[in-house]
Amino acid sequence: MEGLHLEYYLVVSAVMFFAGVYGFLTRRNLLAILISIELILNSVDINFALFNRFLFPGQLEGFFFTLFAIGVSACETAVAIAIIINIYRNIRNIQVRNLGQLKD
Amino acid sequence: MEYTLFIVLLPFLSFLFLGLVGKRLTPRAAGYTGTIVLAISACLSYITAWHYFTTAKVDGIFEKLTPVNFTWLNFTEKLHIDLGILLDPIAVMMLVVITTVSLMVHLYSIGYMHGERGFQRYYAFLSLFTFSMLGLVVATNIFQMYIFWELVGVSSYLLIGFYYTKPEAVAASKKAFIVTRFADLGFLIGILLLSFYTGTFDFERLTSGDTALFAGMEGISFMGCSVISWAVALIFMGGAGKSAMFPLHVWLPDAMEGPTPVSALIHAATMVVAGVYLVARLFPVYYLEAPDVLVLVAVVGAVTSLYAAVVACVQTDIKRVLAFSTISQIGFMMVGLGVSGMEGHEGLGYMASMFHLFTHAMFKALLFLGAGAIIHAVHSNEMTRMGGLRKYLPITHLTFLVACLAIAGIPPFSGFFSKDEILAATFHFSPVLGMVMSFTAGLTAFYMFRLYYRVFWNKANHHDHVPHEAPGSMTVPLILLAAVTLVAGFIPFGKFVTSDSTEYIIHLDWAVASASVAIALIAIGIATLFYRGESTIPDRLATSFRGLHAAAFNRFYLDDLYIFITKKVIFNGISRPVAWFDRHVVDGTMNGFATLSRRVSYSIRGFQSGQLQQYVMVILLGTLLITVLVLFV
Amino acid sequence: MNMNISTQETVFFLLAAVIVVFSILTVTTRRILRSATYLLFVLFATAGIYFQLEYSFLGAVQLTIYAGGIIILYVFSILLTNQQADEKLERLKNSKVLAGALAAVAGVGITLFLLLTHPFGSSRLAGGEVPVKEIGTALMGTGKYQYLLPFEVISILLLACIIGGIMIARKR
Repeated sequence: MEGLHLEYYLVVSAVMFFAGVYGFLTRRNLLAILISIELILNSVDINFALFNRFLFPGQLEGFFFTLFAIGVSACETAVAIAIIINIYRNIRNIQVRNLGQLKD
Repeated sequence: MEYTLFIVLLPFLSFLFLGLVGKRLTPRAAGYTGTIVLAISACLSYITAWHYFTTAKVDGIFEKLTPVNFTWLNFTEKLHIDLGILLDPIAVMMLVVITTVSLMVHLYSIGYMHGERGFQRYYAFLSLFTFSMLGLVVATNIFQMYIFWELVGVSSYLLIGFYYTKPEAVAASKKAFIVTRFADLGFLIGILLLSFYTGTFDFERLTSGDTALFAGMEGISFMGCSVISWAVALIFMGGAGKSAMFPLHVWLPDAMEGPTPVSALIHAATMVVAGVYLVARLFPVYYLEAPDVLVLVAVVGAVTSLYAAVVACVQTDIKRVLAFSTISQIGFMMVGLGVSGMEGHEGLGYMASMFHLFTHAMFKALLFLGAGAIIHAVHSNEMTRMGGLRKYLPITHLTFLVACLAIAGIPPFSGFFSKDEILAATFHFSPVLGMVMSFTAGLTAFYMFRLYYRVFWNKANHHDHVPHEAPGSMTVPLILLAAVTLVAGFIPFGKFVTSDSTEYIIHLDWAVASASVAIALIAIGIATLFYRGESTIPDRLATSFRGLHAAAFNRFYLDDLYIFITKKVIFNGISRPVAWFDRHVVDGTMNGFATLSRRVSYSIRGFQSGQLQQYVMVILLGTLLITVLVLFV
Repeated sequence: MNMNISTQETVFFLLAAVIVVFSILTVTTRRILRSATYLLFVLFATAGIYFQLEYSFLGAVQLTIYAGGIIILYVFSILLTNQQADEKLERLKNSKVLAGALAAVAGVGITLFLLLTHPFGSSRLAGGEVPVKEIGTALMGTGKYQYLLPFEVISILLLACIIGGIMIARKR
């Protein structure tokens, strides 16, 4: 335990976060984008837990924030996947560039 | 004498009535309404004249009465604009002249304008004009006069452009309005100058002969002339514009595009003498404070008179001949004023000028109404389409002859007396000027009888139909005016209207009178020779003096000069560059903004692509940039 | 680096390696089903970090909800929307990939710079395991540092999501 500083964890979560950002920017498939978002959310969750544990050990705010964030991301994923499936039903495709067809 | 207010107000009420509900009336009802109201107004002014000339004399001098006066705009203690009624001999005389001629024209128009579109509108405008003109002559102060002066201009504009579907009429109305407006600019500046230094608009104070009033203007000079000279010269410029003095006369011949009765009322008898009236109204100011301007008035009058008489000799449009004749006669009046003195017998010119104004209004209205009857009969303005009409139009012929003799100055017709006195005063002032005016008088006789013979004698030009005499509503005014013309010369005018309001006994100057009658008779003789029957002399003369004839026919190219100045010089020199500046610099700047923003929008439209990922990319880069800036800058 | 590597440190580096490698693989692989699988590994590793931080409850939640629930959802939707589940993802233009990669690398760089230069003070693990009883009390209470209201709110949110998901995805 002695050698594990806060920074070690933060580096990991930062890498995860920007991996998510990269995916978000470059993917064209809606599901792949959603997966990237999961990465981003996850890295933020880790950060909340980390700060709570390292900097404010006596309290539980970060802990509960992470807990609720997991709940919210579950909701978000559920609804997003419902929408994606609906889109797929309509245009037989879930590529971002084809979403313009939905306007018609 | 408060009832004089109704003289002015009745035509206004008639205008409102006809203007607002005229469309609901039958043309006949509208015509009779206007005529009856004006008849009442005319009766009231006759009563006023009787009342005034019998009772207002105190110690041999006619008093100035102001039966009605109230402060309309009270700016400061000293500066306030009043509206009221001022009665003095010339105002009363003008009331009589205006209401008489206007009544005749109203009556005449019932026949002349019969069946025209906009008959009710025509009567509404006639009433408006009469109201404005009456308001002008009874004005108690120069600003009230200016207000009505402009109203007169507007109603003149409306009436000239009465046939608004005719492009010439519209152009003529615009021309008249712009030229007189231009002159009125000078008038306004003159008013402001005068009132700035004297501190009053009031005629009574301005013309009281109180030199202390003008003390503030002594010693201040501009471009070699004193300020008072400038002020009254600019006021005269306004008068010259309305009275069609050279070189601002160009609108009057074109104004003949209006209906003929309108020409008779506005452009012969009343409105065009407003300039003469203005000078007469301010005569003491001119005489006492700026005698040099009075000389200018005389010279301008003489030049105008001669010029217009020469031009009138070669015109072929009957109404244009009369228009130039009007210009010429107003020139006579101006000369009369210009050469006049103030006291006693020195004031002959003033008296004569007013006398001539009175008689001229009558016989010139008669001439125009007669011309209207002729045009009514042959449906053309051109003399070449007329000829031999005396058999078809006996009443018109006789009344027209009376008027021609009057304007030519043959005794005992009214024109003889008034014109003769002007000539006498002119000879007294300067023999050279007197001779010029005598020559002009001879020309007047010549062109009038040229007109007379070519219309009524000569060989009958194949008419499309047999000309017929005008209806009763048109001949009655002709006969009435002819009667007035016959007797007006015997009115002891000097008893009523003089420069110093004292009685003046007219003595005919027999030397001048006999000479002018002789000249007139010779001129008439020449005209008889040339135009009574078939004659080749006029054509031969025209060919041998081709240059002069062409120049006179084209009014000495003055209109072309104006067109040149306005179109070529002002338009090209000032308006075009201004328009260019407006279009390219002012509009250009705005268009530039529009183009710039459109270009920018087009180029940044790509940012707003709806591509979420692109947005995120931009947000990310922006955040990073800000972070870097916060950290390292 | 200290040569005496403790068990904790060994576990951490293992987890960190898994997270880094599989995060990157998640967003770079061209097969969507693999992408979901790699995400699963990342989530497992995250749960491991929670355990290491002695937030066992959180780790359990992470495992059950994320790894157990959400990933299943992904896999099913991928299988539903792709005729061939292993269909390769569309290739992007190189310039866009490059721009995204550059942005991400720059972000990592700046973030790391900030993290490593910022003095966090006492950066030691402290406290110890959070008892579940305490968590339950905090969730059910209404006092200070107690979270009944967010709990209720998220319950309603979940309900709304269930209804919304059904409404959106049902056949018309």
